[in-house]
Amino acid sequence: MSDIQLLRLTGITKTYATVQALAGVDLDVRAGEIHAVLGENGAGKSTLMKAIFGAVQPDAGRIEWQGESVTIDSPIAARSRGIAMVFQHFALFESMTVVENVALALGGNTPLRVLANQVAEVSTRYGLPVNPWQPVHRLSVGERQRVEIVRCLLQSPRLLIMDEPTSVLTPQAIDQLFVTLRRLAAEGTAILYVSHKLDEIRRLCDRATIIRGGRVVSTVDPRVQTESGLAELMIGRSFPQTERRAKSEGAVALEVAGLDVPADGPFGTALRSISFRVHAGEVLGIAGISGNGQTELLAALLGAVPLSAQAIMLGDLPVGRLGAAERRARGLAFVPEERLGVGAVPEMSLAQNALLTAYGEGLVAHGFVVPERSRAYAAKCIDDYGVRAAGVEAPAASLSGGNLQKFIVGREIAQSPRVLILAQPTWGVDVAATALIRQRVIDLAAAGVAVLVISEDLTEILEICDRVAVLAAGRLSPERDVHATNAAEIGRWMAGGFSQPELQVSA
Amino acid sequence: MIGFELVRRAAPSQAMQVIAPLQAVLLTLLAGLGLFALLGQDPLHAFHQFFIAPLSTPNGVSELLLKASPLCLIGLGLAIAYRANVWNIGAEGQMYIGGVFATGLAIHYQQQWGAFMLPSMIVAGALGGMLWAALTAWCRARFHASEILVSLMLTYVANLLIKYLVFGPWQDPQANNFPLTVAFEDNALFPLLAELGWDWFEGTRLNLSIVITLLAIPLAWVFSQRTFAGFQLAVSGSAPGAARYAGYKESRAVWIAMLMSGAAAGLAGVSEVAGPIGQLNDRWTPQYGFTAIIVAALARFNPLAVPVAALLMALLYLGGESVQIELQLPKSISEVFQGLLLMFLLGSEVLVRFRLRRRVSAARGDGQ
Repeated sequence: MSDIQLLRLTGITKTYATVQALAGVDLDVRAGEIHAVLGENGAGKSTLMKAIFGAVQPDAGRIEWQGESVTIDSPIAARSRGIAMVFQHFALFESMTVVENVALALGGNTPLRVLANQVAEVSTRYGLPVNPWQPVHRLSVGERQRVEIVRCLLQSPRLLIMDEPTSVLTPQAIDQLFVTLRRLAAEGTAILYVSHKLDEIRRLCDRATIIRGGRVVSTVDPRVQTESGLAELMIGRSFPQTERRAKSEGAVALEVAGLDVPADGPFGTALRSISFRVHAGEVLGIAGISGNGQTELLAALLGAVPLSAQAIMLGDLPVGRLGAAERRARGLAFVPEERLGVGAVPEMSLAQNALLTAYGEGLVAHGFVVPERSRAYAAKCIDDYGVRAAGVEAPAASLSGGNLQKFIVGREIAQSPRVLILAQPTWGVDVAATALIRQRVIDLAAAGVAVLVISEDLTEILEICDRVAVLAAGRLSPERDVHATNAAEIGRWMAGGFSQPELQVSA
Repeated sequence: MIGFELVRRAAPSQAMQVIAPLQAVLLTLLAGLGLFALLGQDPLHAFHQFFIAPLSTPNGVSELLLKASPLCLIGLGLAIAYRANVWNIGAEGQMYIGGVFATGLAIHYQQQWGAFMLPSMIVAGALGGMLWAALTAWCRARFHASEILVSLMLTYVANLLIKYLVFGPWQDPQANNFPLTVAFEDNALFPLLAELGWDWFEGTRLNLSIVITLLAIPLAWVFSQRTFAGFQLAVSGSAPGAARYAGYKESRAVWIAMLMSGAAAGLAGVSEVAGPIGQLNDRWTPQYGFTAIIVAALARFNPLAVPVAALLMALLYLGGESVQIELQLPKSISEVFQGLLLMFLLGSEVLVRFRLRRRVSAARGDGQ
């Protein structure tokens, strides 16, 4: 790290129609440093990065690049100055090869063969193995990220922005990424590393700027901070901890046996003989990176895919042939991955969204909706889960991600299910809501409900689950007691490094 | 590069969603003033002829209600279907088949069935509309065919079926080869309000079929606002993913939406053949089935607003006829008004959800 000032932001302000995303943010980045931008979901990190990358125009404030005041009014302008960005959600064309994708981004008339050599050269130099001639849809998520990084590096950037780069990576792939980033920094490239994962920031970054509610709270050296210290700076109060209960294992409440499901679309992943059991009173976690059959497994569990009756058993009841409503009537509740548009109807009120799935709780009489009961049910969910909303008539779309997720979880749990399935329950949810949701899930299992959590978030799996298995490339790994495994082993499994599941006697 | 682009608003204003249709009506009226001036008419006089004169006599009012009634009935059915994201464009054809079913009973059994004739025709008409809509529902639910195309194309099939019947087996032998059936007897016709002692309507064509529409308005409102089935349709329409997650079957929504809108259109068909027309011929509709699409859109798919929108569209028909007779303006003027209204309505709707922004030029220099 040098002391050469590369980028300096002063008083950056951005107001959207209803919210102030950035309220006078100052930030300086030096050449060759790895600078973390740390904050909760909704703190303004992404808006700030987009302002630097020219994708968002600030309302006020100054941007200085290499000591000179500039206007960055488009990503093209940003790239021409040497600013590159790797987005959280990749922008690659699935049906094209790696080198074709790179050519599209770079523009110009460089022949593909020459470009392919450059890709190969950069990828070996920085330890980012990719085959330039592979079609993108054959690549794993980690490989796709490498393509994005290689694509940025071909532009020889002075500043590389990485937005939540590790959310889709296995622990081993994260280690590999860090090696690459350190090498880049050593060569003088500045890296802005956006994340809310404290351990990574402490391992990787030289400085950390912490943002809360659109303002800079502090700039610290993360290597000398504790995780809880950083967390307190990030959320403004002490870090909520979940409290585990003793496991009280009961009878098998959900059994999936030999589930084969074809891929969902040309780029989906077929499930191959998935079998597992969830007992009453326990939380089973299915880890793994999205795109490894998660979509297909969730669709099969929900009842959106035709199956044989015995493929899914709710207790003694074969439900494989039943639809979502019939399964729900038999005690299955479900928290989907997407909140707006699946878990809730965005423009409908919370009362109506209570009715969406809780209609079996007496909210409907003789085919007629009883609005007072929907409102009462919604009000109860709001109270029990501390949902911050303008009341039961507030449209679902007006809630923040965390508050809407608390509402949805509350709505499902209040139906007293025998089995609760949660998909990515705390994805994009703030720390406080995450802690509350995780605690309620643990409490629910302690009360004798069988819970299945399907999540990419390894920390979450290790925190709330009793047993864990990994879904990789459409196959399910052996199950492990959560105390008998560790992040390294699960990480290997996430990359597909396990043999066919051994027969396990777990009844 | 100078230009404009549409930017999605963070949250559409609730008030503007109500104001948008009213604003569209207002803009249509203003554009109409300009249109009359361009046609060389005194705008205010033409305006009076178009919008006021038709309503100044009992006969005018009754003609307005006579036209608004089927528009409202079909519009109610379509509003329910469109809320569920089921785009039934073929209400016109469903209305034809409703008329055909009722006519079939009337011309074959009106001698025998006495007082049961009209009620049977009403039921038959509703069933006919539902049957025609069911073809579309089945194609969509079974084969994922687009209900827009299927229902629209079936309208032409229905039209040809009517032509076949009135030129062929159902033609009145005494009609000198005109394509029409025998005129219905009194027991196959809706009684005129004037005959029931409503003296104010003496000499008008307004009949009891309007009662069907008056009953349908609250029923449609209760269905869409108060029943669980209506709620499920609304969810299917605004968030199909949420409907699947909650276990509401898509095919069921398609069937309910198509059958309800088909039944409404079929009833409108009966009220025409057993009302002012009194027989079946091959060109008996001023396209109520298509105009009702505008009615439903103008009412923002709200059952309580549909009657108002239907009255407005009916007035456009009457006004067009009035200026045609009084001012010798072309008949197409009422279609121009319909088009203007639809255009302003869709334009206002877009601006409720988006705002117009001047496009920022990417070529602007630095340090400005």
